[in-house]
Amino acid sequence: MNLSVSFAGVQMKNPITTASGTFGSGQEYAEIFDLSLLGAVTTKGVANVPWVGNPVPRVAETPSGMLNAIGLQNPGIDTFCERDIPFLKQYDTKIIVNVCGHAAEEYEAVVERLSEQPVDLLEINVSCPNVREGGIAFGTDPRAVEAITKRLRAKARQPIIIKLSPNVTDIAEMARAAESAGADGISLINTLIGMKIDVERRRPLLANGTGGLSGPAIHPVAVRMVYQAAGAVKIPVLGMGGVRTAEDALELILAGATAVAVGTATFADPMAAVKVIDGIRAYMERHGVSDVNDLIGAARG
Amino acid sequence: MRAARETGVVRDNREIAPGIFAMRLAAPSAGEARPGQFFSLYCADASRLLPRPISLCRIDADEVTMVYRVAGAGTAEFSALKEGDSLEYLGPLGNGFPIGEGHALLLGGGIGLPPLLELARRLPGPVTVAAGYRGPDLFLLEDFAEYAEVLVATEDGSAGTRGNVLDAVRAAGKNYDVIYACGPTPMLRAVKAFAEEEGVPAWLSLEERMACGMGACLGCVTGTVKEDSHSRVNNARVCRDGPVFSAEEVLL
Repeated sequence: MNLSVSFAGVQMKNPITTASGTFGSGQEYAEIFDLSLLGAVTTKGVANVPWVGNPVPRVAETPSGMLNAIGLQNPGIDTFCERDIPFLKQYDTKIIVNVCGHAAEEYEAVVERLSEQPVDLLEINVSCPNVREGGIAFGTDPRAVEAITKRLRAKARQPIIIKLSPNVTDIAEMARAAESAGADGISLINTLIGMKIDVERRRPLLANGTGGLSGPAIHPVAVRMVYQAAGAVKIPVLGMGGVRTAEDALELILAGATAVAVGTATFADPMAAVKVIDGIRAYMERHGVSDVNDLIGAARG
Repeated sequence: MRAARETGVVRDNREIAPGIFAMRLAAPSAGEARPGQFFSLYCADASRLLPRPISLCRIDADEVTMVYRVAGAGTAEFSALKEGDSLEYLGPLGNGFPIGEGHALLLGGGIGLPPLLELARRLPGPVTVAAGYRGPDLFLLEDFAEYAEVLVATEDGSAGTRGNVLDAVRAAGKNYDVIYACGPTPMLRAVKAFAEEEGVPAWLSLEERMACGMGACLGCVTGTVKEDSHSRVNNARVCRDGPVFSAEEVLL
């Protein structure tokens, strides 16, 4: 049985990675399971310098989901290269580094720095809803996506994945913009912008006001958008959004995703990503599927 | 490696004051726990994704006691558990209280009291506990009395000193060698100022909304004087670097 997939030329032992921001750089969850079980680890977003992030409260639970407005607190690329990359290199898994910035120059600085590092893929976060500049400001305008993709493609040594925002009217247009500018892959969906109000205090619960909605509640939106985006481009799709079970991951694969990230589900069960891998294997056995690649886009008819 | 989602068995779960429950849980990892650490409890209803961090009130070889307030649907679910029911958890998590020498003053506000009980049991020197409540619904006082001298403060004056825990401490007029506190942030802020005035080291246990409970998501942070170990931006993780911080080191 073959579970391995090739994502933009990078061979993953299975199609499952972690969703950026839910797994740090793996140190914490490595206390619970062997990271070598994963197809790849996708790190939390890293910027050119440390970011302090937003005030608390930063998280709130919602029905079958959660809102977060962390604001991309991160240690910056120097600490990341000194500490986090050597940590991850101990494991037999691929490394996908999520890159964030306020402006094109900041993304560029990180991408250039990573070009000399032993990491496999760069996921460019042009869709974080919780930072005022950068993030979603790039990710909701196809021309801005094109411009940043072009600039970073010119600087990056590794394949680049553009992480798309679901907070747009036409996801296919955004996917095509990334592809036409030279992206090696796309990932989606980032979180949906949401809000929760504390009725006792009569104020928004999150200090940031709005936050990004994730978890099983958004999974059907993810399936729809992966289906539409995968139909619009030839580059591979990394699907994510509310994946908790193997069936959830298979939906995204059948919709056209080559690989799938497990995110918020890890908070509900630290073993979620591993269980998804085991469940895909069991599904393939049950259905006599010998190669997971045969399932990619198989629901598209 | 630590275990993910261990299963405990409820031995007893009862309301000890209106809306406040005490649960004894037979737990495989109870013996590893230290005072000031917490368990993150998973809901059986999968639509409630995030585990609830609950402090450990008593730690015994094969069980922990958690005293918790019903604050929403998740804790309401826990409060309905009966003897023999199972409950999944992750833990013990967090750093816990350092055990200090000399006469210790423990300050607990409301649902901040429970983690101080196990600390009172383990401290080597004399212990004074000041327990603060809103009104007449007192809890855990008899348990504390086994291990400590107990002072009581209530906001409405229905028991003990009218006012907060520091009012009760000032009324008693003694000196202490080390202070430990857990309670709402305004109380912790006042304790920090009090400890500075008195020149006594103090340890504060913080509460914050958490997601992962492990230190991965950066959902729960507190400002710190020094660079934090994770992001180096003076923003430490309450779940992992805490929940207990030195009063000098934390910004409230």
